[in-house]
Amino acid sequence: MDIDFNAEDLAFQREVRAWFEANTPPELRRKTVTGEMLQKDEIVRWQRRLDAQGWLVTGWPQEHGGPGWTPTRRYIFDLERAAACAPIGLSMGVIMLGPVLMAFGAPEQRAHYLPRIRRCEDWWCQGYSEPGAGSDLASLKTAAVADGDDYVVNGSKMWTTYAHWATHMFCLVRTAGTGKKQEGISFLLIEMDRAGIEVRPIVSIDGEHSLNQVFLTDVRVPKKNLVGREGQGWDIAKYLLTHERTSIAGVAECKAHLANLHAAAAERRSGGRPLVEDAAMRLKLARAEIELMALEYTNFRVLAATAAGKAPGPESSLLKTMGTAVQQTLSELDIDIAAEKAWPWHERGEFGRGRYAHAMERYCYSRAATIYGGSDEVQKNVLAKMLLGGGAR
Amino acid sequence: MCSPRCCSAAARANGNAMNFDLSEEQTMLRDAAQKFLRAEYGFDARNRIVASETGMSRDHWRRFGEFGWLGVALPQEHGGFGGGMVETIQIAEPMGAALVVEPYLASAVLGAQAVARAGSPAQQAAWLPGLASGELVLALAHTEDDSRHQLAHVAAHAAATGGGWLLSGRKSGVLGAPWADGFVVVARTAGAVHEHRGISLFMVGAKTPGVQVEGYRVYDGSRAGDLLLDAVVLGRDALLGVEGEGLGLLEQLIDLGIVAACADALGAMGALLRKTVEYTGTRKQFDVPIASFQVIQHRLVDMFAAIEASRSLLLMAALHAEHPDAAARSRAASAAKAGIGERARFVAQQAVQLHGGVGMTEELDIGHYFRRLTMFCHLFGGSDHHLQRFAALRGAA
Repeated sequence: MDIDFNAEDLAFQREVRAWFEANTPPELRRKTVTGEMLQKDEIVRWQRRLDAQGWLVTGWPQEHGGPGWTPTRRYIFDLERAAACAPIGLSMGVIMLGPVLMAFGAPEQRAHYLPRIRRCEDWWCQGYSEPGAGSDLASLKTAAVADGDDYVVNGSKMWTTYAHWATHMFCLVRTAGTGKKQEGISFLLIEMDRAGIEVRPIVSIDGEHSLNQVFLTDVRVPKKNLVGREGQGWDIAKYLLTHERTSIAGVAECKAHLANLHAAAAERRSGGRPLVEDAAMRLKLARAEIELMALEYTNFRVLAATAAGKAPGPESSLLKTMGTAVQQTLSELDIDIAAEKAWPWHERGEFGRGRYAHAMERYCYSRAATIYGGSDEVQKNVLAKMLLGGGAR
Repeated sequence: MCSPRCCSAAARANGNAMNFDLSEEQTMLRDAAQKFLRAEYGFDARNRIVASETGMSRDHWRRFGEFGWLGVALPQEHGGFGGGMVETIQIAEPMGAALVVEPYLASAVLGAQAVARAGSPAQQAAWLPGLASGELVLALAHTEDDSRHQLAHVAAHAAATGGGWLLSGRKSGVLGAPWADGFVVVARTAGAVHEHRGISLFMVGAKTPGVQVEGYRVYDGSRAGDLLLDAVVLGRDALLGVEGEGLGLLEQLIDLGIVAACADALGAMGALLRKTVEYTGTRKQFDVPIASFQVIQHRLVDMFAAIEASRSLLLMAALHAEHPDAAARSRAASAAKAGIGERARFVAQQAVQLHGGVGMTEELDIGHYFRRLTMFCHLFGGSDHHLQRFAALRGAA
């Protein structure tokens, strides 16, 4: 066991720190601190900036443009990036579709899409959930019926984050209605400018528009857009969700958030004294920090196991439940510290005051973290199956 | 539920140890409020009010006045009903259930009670009939940027002049401020910023020169604002209550406000449970209603238990609202705020969780209840603040 950084790692840490210090635009830094939603062009510009440095697809293997870092370096990179209040800047293309194409995609799909993802030429959204298929994802009904060289797709996708910005959607569709419901699902890539696609906004309780419902009516999609085999979609989806859940722990983000909370509590006054001197506030901050430590070291252990060649399994569900709990706690502390400074809502494009301008927005949206990517309840079912084997019902 | 009258002398005379029944008048109040709000204050109608320029319905406000809701705890000689907090919570709970944005807590409780309890005959005559009828809105301005929930931390100051007072300072988080015809302003007339003595309350008309309101919409759909007081010239008769002895009155007002806010929260919590039971009973996943899963059933039961405990704490606090011992009254209010606050947070979060994605949408009312209860959790101080206040008052009570 050894968690100390060696001399090369420390040099790398200094390099990353200096780069983010020099290159993070102040506007992005401000938005990251306050929790304000980034706009598409900001994210694209920032991703291209990182890609130019070779630092965008840090989790990808070198043959596809990754930097070839050890898990330690990736960890250092994430910490330094978050500490500099630089946005994570990653997209569904980088985190989700990239690994799927590497594992399941045809050579020509990889050659075409992976460089475009890296250079942010395409914006991908995820077409998984449907109005009737949430936790029970396998009951999805969006149908792709073969017709010559095409599939004809009909149905509707729900909670599609950034579908209104997307150029493409990776989508779970039903290609067979018989047999086990998981076996009739396929993984299809759909260009968003195809005829028959309509995107309707869903405003969430943070007052923002990031979610959408996507309607697909007689959308013709060429069969070459199928990833893997027909009927392999469920395995691909499970692979992808496991990736989503490990990235969802968000340790670096949580550390930066906690540092900001300490700064806020030092600045805020209660009865004229710094709020951070209040006994109850100190205990709350301490408790959050300890939970974060437990998360960080659990994350280390899972990373170490996956680096040793073990595929992430049910422990990714544990990381997701732990990580989202910490994120929600921290978001709640923001509005706790802010008190009436978090009250203003949608005033002149801002919410609360000053550093709390988006505190309530962030708290509201944090509640989605235990719903998306497999709800807390679903994660616990996965963990129960692991504990009880076939005995879990 | 019971009034101090029914559970004391009368009940004991009957040989009953307890009587938590509402009186006929209290039941009528509650039923009338529920019935009217269900019919006239549906979610769509409410959202139109929130989106309107002023953000409140003066028509509804006057109707509330006509029904006697705004004066329910005001003296009869000024157009009131002569009741107390037990009557007030019969109105506040249905208002929470209907997500009412009009300033019931801000004006009918905090503002009006300040005048009812400490006002001179002239101040009462000037304000109470209008407050009871729904013609006027009166807001309480006590919080400051650096005070948070410490009521004795008052930097705004009023200096005695030949003919009256000169008031200056800045107040933040004033509930209902953009709608207010007047403010009860807490200011210092003597002593250092944190001293308990030297705090006084003043009646300040909203149109008085030097008074400026920076209003905003609050995340729960109501309106609030900051109050800028720049050398405001007030007459001698602007003083409310005894000069320098205002802290006790302020503590009492906050305790009353807490009881009303707890009732409002209970209304919202009850609505959320009802809606969540209904949703989980109809939403199907894995071919069955999700309420058939034990994890969902137990969560619903936890929400139910949280609401029942909250109702008990609310009742306890309402019955202590007029306790002659201020420490006993404040301990009861803080117990309710701390205990119900934690449970409101739980019920709000779980209602969103069990609704899943749709619970996260602005279109559904669930998120609006969530934000109202979040506001409640932080109003007048969070659970930590009230746990500390409760513990500190142990010796005093």
